[in-house]
Amino acid sequence: MNQVLTAKDFTTDQEVRWCPGCGDYAILKSVRATLAKIGRPPHEVVFVSGIGCAARFPYYVDSYGFHTIHGRAPAVATGVKLANPNLDVWVVGGDGDFLSIGGNHLLHALRRNMDLNLLLLNNAIYGLTKGQYSPTSSVGTRSPSTPGGSVDRPVNAALMALGAGARFVARSADTLLDHLPEVLTRAQAHKGASLVEIFQNCIVYNDAVWAGMATKAESFEKTVRVAHGEPLVFGKERDKGLVFDSRNGRMELTEAGGDAEKLASIHDETNWALACALSTMEGGDLPTALGVLYCDPVNDYGSDQEARNHFTTLSRDELSALLHDGGTWEVE
Amino acid sequence: MGSQAAAAIDDQGSHDQAAPERVVVRFAGDSGDGVQVLGAEFAKSAALSGHDLITFPDFPAEIRAPVGTTFGVSAFQIQFGGPKVLTPGDAVDVLISFNPAALKTNLADLRDGGLVILDEGAFTKRNLAKAGYEVSPLEDDTLATYQVLKIDIARRCGEAVADTGASKKVADRAKNFWALGLTFWMFGRKRAETQKWITEKFARIPEVAAANLAALNAGHAFGETMEIGRDVVGQPLEASFAPGTYRSITGIDAMAKGLAAAACCAGIKVAYCSYPITPASGLLHALAALRSKGIVTFQAEDEIAAATAAIGASYGGALGVTGSSGPGIALKSEALSLAVSTELPLVVVNVQRAGPSTGMPTKAEQADLSMALYGRHGEAPIAVLAPATPAECFQTMLDAAAIAIRYMTPVMVLADGYIANAAEPWRIPDVADLPDIAPDFRVDPENFQPFTRDEKTLARPWVRPGTPELQHRIGGIEKADGSGHISYDPDNHQTMTDLRTEKIARIAEMLPPIKVERGVERGRVAIVGWGSTYGALNAAVKELLDEGLEVAHIHLRHISPLAPGLEDLLRGFDHVLVAEMNSGQLCRLLRSEFLIPAEGVNQMTGKPFKVATVKAAIRAAINKTEGGAS
Ligand SMILES: Cc1ncc(C[n+]2csc(CCOP(=O)(O)OP(=O)(O)O)c2C)c(N)n1
Ligand code: SF4
Ligand SMILES: [Mg+2]
Repeated sequence: MNQVLTAKDFTTDQEVRWCPGCGDYAILKSVRATLAKIGRPPHEVVFVSGIGCAARFPYYVDSYGFHTIHGRAPAVATGVKLANPNLDVWVVGGDGDFLSIGGNHLLHALRRNMDLNLLLLNNAIYGLTKGQYSPTSSVGTRSPSTPGGSVDRPVNAALMALGAGARFVARSADTLLDHLPEVLTRAQAHKGASLVEIFQNCIVYNDAVWAGMATKAESFEKTVRVAHGEPLVFGKERDKGLVFDSRNGRMELTEAGGDAEKLASIHDETNWALACALSTMEGGDLPTALGVLYCDPVNDYGSDQEARNHFTTLSRDELSALLHDGGTWEVE
Repeated sequence: MGSQAAAAIDDQGSHDQAAPERVVVRFAGDSGDGVQVLGAEFAKSAALSGHDLITFPDFPAEIRAPVGTTFGVSAFQIQFGGPKVLTPGDAVDVLISFNPAALKTNLADLRDGGLVILDEGAFTKRNLAKAGYEVSPLEDDTLATYQVLKIDIARRCGEAVADTGASKKVADRAKNFWALGLTFWMFGRKRAETQKWITEKFARIPEVAAANLAALNAGHAFGETMEIGRDVVGQPLEASFAPGTYRSITGIDAMAKGLAAAACCAGIKVAYCSYPITPASGLLHALAALRSKGIVTFQAEDEIAAATAAIGASYGGALGVTGSSGPGIALKSEALSLAVSTELPLVVVNVQRAGPSTGMPTKAEQADLSMALYGRHGEAPIAVLAPATPAECFQTMLDAAAIAIRYMTPVMVLADGYIANAAEPWRIPDVADLPDIAPDFRVDPENFQPFTRDEKTLARPWVRPGTPELQHRIGGIEKADGSGHISYDPDNHQTMTDLRTEKIARIAEMLPPIKVERGVERGRVAIVGWGSTYGALNAAVKELLDEGLEVAHIHLRHISPLAPGLEDLLRGFDHVLVAEMNSGQLCRLLRSEFLIPAEGVNQMTGKPFKVATVKAAIRAAINKTEGGAS
């Protein structure tokens, strides 16, 4: 297995059919590169998806792939793991797929903690069905189904995951080639369910919805890249910092002009309350948190299952004993 | 009391013997009276005494219904005797009733002249009011046409148990064993097995064990001293069983063991994915309780998650199985079309209940046949099987697994609440005789394409993820025949639709031709059924054959595809009647399939057919051609 793999080893001969300029291309590139770096042979890797633009993903990755039905990919992937816990299983879906029709499955996949890598490609719109607003669209989104602007408030995917009991929650953005592969690598290494929310640009129906994150330069000001054990600072000059206010559970900016590196709180991946605060930074000059917000592994579902001995076959003698359990009687 | 003992009861049919072939006993009481335990122990002793039997528990949907109410009544019926027992019995010969509510809800099923044993002490003002009796049935002529045995069971049981030093509460709860002792006396049963069972079951609470044993013995002694005649109802026949090792089994247990057999015979894991629903939950519990190698159970977050997880498991190289009842099967529907489109093996169990919607969850019905056959989007044919008896569920699950694996297709198994909970003796098969149904997983990369087909079965190859060099992608989008690439080509869609249909049709090639279950090969009336109506139809035809009528019982275990030879067989009869617990779903299928004027015998009461109902329907059909004679 020491053979060196490249992104090409994870590339199929299928023509990629996303719109030119779609953020999904960049994500695909990062995923292929990450898989190559991780080095699991392609036949031990499985990609499962639901329906949507994002869900076309498996066709483009040379691994085992299953393009299923809208919303149900986490449940299908759970079944794949039940059959064979040794596979490296990735689940890819859009915001509609994971948070509307499949919201229930995502919730339970996360709390059940099977070893799945769940990639949420969040473009805050229904791409494949031509641009209706989605559960992550901000209030006022004008779309074919909300010509006057949407009125329902968006769901915060990271916070929902933290509430569901996820033990790994991370964020990145489509074009951050210096960031996304690293986050994906961490997600794959995590034993248990890991959710990675990837802000993705839909150039056709929701262009620039994540403006400020796509380029490195902009992202210095608009985002904070969190790293375990490091101070929560951001800005081109690393001159802005964040402090966790334990009284109200919120993040606040460090004093202007102060030494941000010194004043800022240190990121602790295992601090659930901090993760909640980081995932809900909103308004003012507060940045969007990217990186591994939370990682605190516990025993995953698969490891417990194995202990229960289900993964061996049943011999005929054992079957016979089972058929005779309880009372029997003989007729001569 | 001896005066209440009567001559042997009439047989269901016409026989000369003084003794009946079979006897029907029903125990009825409050949910807390231990009626189901009592019934199970009585059934065990009947089996050990060499009788054939079928039991039918009938419990309320409410978990803890208020004490003494009619909707809290739990009942257990058993028909036992010989040479063969086919149903739990139309009419009850002996009714043991623990309170007024139980009498009220069960008396109508007691045959005229039948024996009712009452716990007299329970007929208090309060209990009578709760049961809705204005006047006590012990005081008016409610019981005039029956033999009545009034015993203050609670008091007598209390006295007997007092010596053991048990509390009043423990003594009260031993009532069921007192009644069991009395019935053991009536039918000449030995107590040893039950005594052993009590001792083992309550080993950790010796005072309860002692009380139950005392109650059992006291009930028995009461029968003996009061000389309650053993000829009150007569002693039924012994069964004519083939030699072998037997056990008692419910449909649910037989299904669970059938799936274990499937895991063993296929040499792969069975993944049972389900979401709790009455009356299908029993299968999840039974499989989980096996804690067996080769079987993994998964309680999903909802029904479609259960179905899709099962599909994922099959994709992963296990046999995915999912089970539910009507409402849950409806929720799985979208996933079943995915399994059809991706051509993966899948077994789906529908333990049907009375619908629509919540309907009557603990009552049986067969109204999901059309859903099984047609209830999916797109042209999505699947195989549909139906076990006829509780014990047969074992073989049905094994057959379903074999078809799913061999043809790479979803297979639906239609059971129902009756077959799931009823029990009968089962001759345990020799495991060496069970078939090898191991899949032929594709491992050879040479010329591999995911949608090439086996020439005979039309099945596509099954590849386990993890197999080197065979990475491929499947999905619900239409696939090109052979390569499996996404295809919107019009001719290809026609080809794939035809192939999926033909594949299901070809399953018929492995099925033995259908045979008459009982009766003539050609004649006046064929009564056709499927699923749990088997016993009633078979018993009805037996009795009419004994009368010299030219009738036959035909029973379908395979509904999609139909077993070969059915059309020719049906055309040999003047009348084809189709008896179903629905409004005519199989009947419509047979009419449209064969263009024959089949007629329905339909019942939607939540209760199994009575033999008498079926006989009447057959007679009516015969009379029709005879111009209303007889
Ligand atoms: C049962 C079902 N309902 C609806 C659809 C239609 N549908 C397909 S994709 C989609 C939403 C896609 O949005 P998202 O999940 O955000 O993915 P994106 O296209 O934006 O990547 C919908 C509503 C479907 N395929 N199946
Ligand atoms: S519609 Fe949007 S999300 Fe879909 S492929 Fe085009 S750009 Fe990408
Ligand atoms: Mg989207």
